[in-house]
Amino acid sequence: MMAAASSLKLQAQTPEPNYGSLHGNFQFDGYLYFKDDELDPDGSDYPDEQFLGQGFANLIYQRTQSWGEITAGLRYENYQNPILGYPPGFVGEGITYRFLQWKRDRLDITVGNFYEQFGSGLVHRTYEERLLGLDNAMDGIRLKYTPIDGLYFKGILGRQRVYFTKGPGVVRGIDAEVNLNELLDSWAEKKNRLNFGLSFTSKYQEANDPFYNLPENVGAGAARLGYGFKGLSLNTEWAMKINDPSADNGYIFKPGGGSITTVNYTAKGFGFSGAYKFIDNMSFRSDRNAGQFELFMNYLPPTTKFHTYALPSLYPYATQINGESGLQLEFSFQLPKESWLGGKRGGSLGLNYSDAHSIAKEPVDAETSIGQSGTDGYQTQWFKQGDIRYFQDINVSYARSLSKNFKATITYFNIEYNQGILGSATNSGGLNDTVILNDPSRADMAYINAVVFEGLWKIKPKHSLRFEVQGLFTEQDRGDIAMLLLEYSIAPNWFFAIQDIWNYGNADESRRLHYPLLSAGYNTGTTRFQLNMGRQQQGIFCVGGICRVVPASTSMGLTITSTF
Amino acid sequence: MDQNQRWALLVFGCLSFGLLQAQNPGDRLPQATVKTPEGKQVSTAEISNQGKPMVVSMWATWCKPCIRELSTIKDSYADWQAETGVKVVAISIDDARNSAKVGPFVQGEGWEYEVYIDENGDLKRLLNVNTIPHTFLLDGNGNIVWQHNGYASGDEDILYELIQKLSRGEAIEIH
Repeated sequence: MMAAASSLKLQAQTPEPNYGSLHGNFQFDGYLYFKDDELDPDGSDYPDEQFLGQGFANLIYQRTQSWGEITAGLRYENYQNPILGYPPGFVGEGITYRFLQWKRDRLDITVGNFYEQFGSGLVHRTYEERLLGLDNAMDGIRLKYTPIDGLYFKGILGRQRVYFTKGPGVVRGIDAEVNLNELLDSWAEKKNRLNFGLSFTSKYQEANDPFYNLPENVGAGAARLGYGFKGLSLNTEWAMKINDPSADNGYIFKPGGGSITTVNYTAKGFGFSGAYKFIDNMSFRSDRNAGQFELFMNYLPPTTKFHTYALPSLYPYATQINGESGLQLEFSFQLPKESWLGGKRGGSLGLNYSDAHSIAKEPVDAETSIGQSGTDGYQTQWFKQGDIRYFQDINVSYARSLSKNFKATITYFNIEYNQGILGSATNSGGLNDTVILNDPSRADMAYINAVVFEGLWKIKPKHSLRFEVQGLFTEQDRGDIAMLLLEYSIAPNWFFAIQDIWNYGNADESRRLHYPLLSAGYNTGTTRFQLNMGRQQQGIFCVGGICRVVPASTSMGLTITSTF
Repeated sequence: MDQNQRWALLVFGCLSFGLLQAQNPGDRLPQATVKTPEGKQVSTAEISNQGKPMVVSMWATWCKPCIRELSTIKDSYADWQAETGVKVVAISIDDARNSAKVGPFVQGEGWEYEVYIDENGDLKRLLNVNTIPHTFLLDGNGNIVWQHNGYASGDEDILYELIQKLSRGEAIEIH
């Protein structure tokens, strides 16, 4: 360390000093909860602490030298105790992330914590979703080597973070990618674009199970290909995993497999994106007994549209890691100015269709039931869809300017949602396919229509009013819900918002509640203060096939974020 | 002294040295590798606007305020470019769920920005972007001279005033 510091000082004496760049950020969330007899009559969700608060800070230093560059960073986290809805495993405080990275001679070395992804992530991705409380960062060594442009190698070794400790499994992986247009001069200007890659990841976890001879080393490999020509592009990735009995798959010894293929087409003012996915027994964690959001080694992206409006997002979809067949088609059109749909100032139109189904499963033999622990579980064929619909979503969104100062967006949603599998406010979900195949009513399908109208009115320079009117209509789950949001902003510093969600259609009359929420924020550009006060609805957060229910609460909350 | 504390000391050693010179005007876009929507790897060191101001906006296809900001700028982008030569670089932090849709989305919105994807979040972490949209303004020498988190209607006017100042060669207050 001393040597490093003194060499930095030597550099500093050159005529144009280069001290590198230092960046950091900070966030604090604190909530004071109120007992609310209407929302939570038995008080089971009310925290003993009454006040819950958590925060973190990141610091990153980067400096470019004549020989390359060096980066160092760390993060401090503190949970006293985690706010409602956050994974309860995050209790305590400490430095949870620190690393040192340097790049020279086409070699990129990281020691400490890092996040990495191979291809689309089917066999390896570590990442963090801070809002959800997911962080499976690696702690170890990463090497990236680029012998020539267009040829990329990566290698990783380490263990993964789980809360304030590390998982028991050792994670190892290598990845190679070739980009022909960068590699070959003769391809540099070609209209055809081609790249391909190979990756392999494995884990080691000691096994001494009294009943099963569990594999201690589990490997997974993937191959990918990307091809493009003008506005057309195709990306496909195929993965296989050897047998990996785990809590997720009920300790079956069947190998896993999966593939994701996307096709895109773009032209001026038009975009199309299609995706098809088939996943069979692809849960991959560095601890075979892990649950919730813990220790995922891979990422199986949902091929559904991610909704952010409050009411449609009550019915989110998460990839079913044990098996799923999914399709998505999405179209975007730019509506030209002076056209029938676009009006005087133009607009945009979006169409989306997505669905997800079970995969077909057959018994291994006459004596074995589907999914029986200690067996091969079941048989399936690639791309053979099963009989259970998990999810379907059709939506249309239309946005245009109605006048110089008024923009409007209207979005319609039609969602079919399998509550038995995915869970909801009235169904805890989590059933397996066999239960539903034996009794289809257990799927407890919810059929949902929803409409959102959003308007943005620029009242005068720097003053604007944004509003959302939302309606969600269903006979199932918690019934019809309406919502109104008004948000007044004074750029660049202030905003004030008031909203009410009214569950007027709940079958249970005592649950026909209002959920009012007041918020105000002050933003200096890099520092933001926000105060919220009111009721939060019960919601669902999902990541990689796992959903977590966030309980309803009444609280006063303060959030401070700052970046430099 | 446990392992964590030793690490902390090492990193803080480097950082406190950097702090002596914090807020130096030579604060550039950190070096990371991002991808074009066509899949080509690009180093952020190669992203420049040849001596003219540049706006770097971190966004995602699912982020409504980001889309409002970039769509609003789109309406005036041709004028902005003609008057100041500014370039807008839109860097998406979409992950594998949506990264393949970034290209079609941008075309559907009719944006004529330079677009990259920071799929692994490397640049996002280096810039300490906590929430999006997060917009950076770089001067002609590639120094970050201003940044803003969040978007409210009217923020684009403030941004453009700063771009005009830069293009006239005036210094702006560093945040």
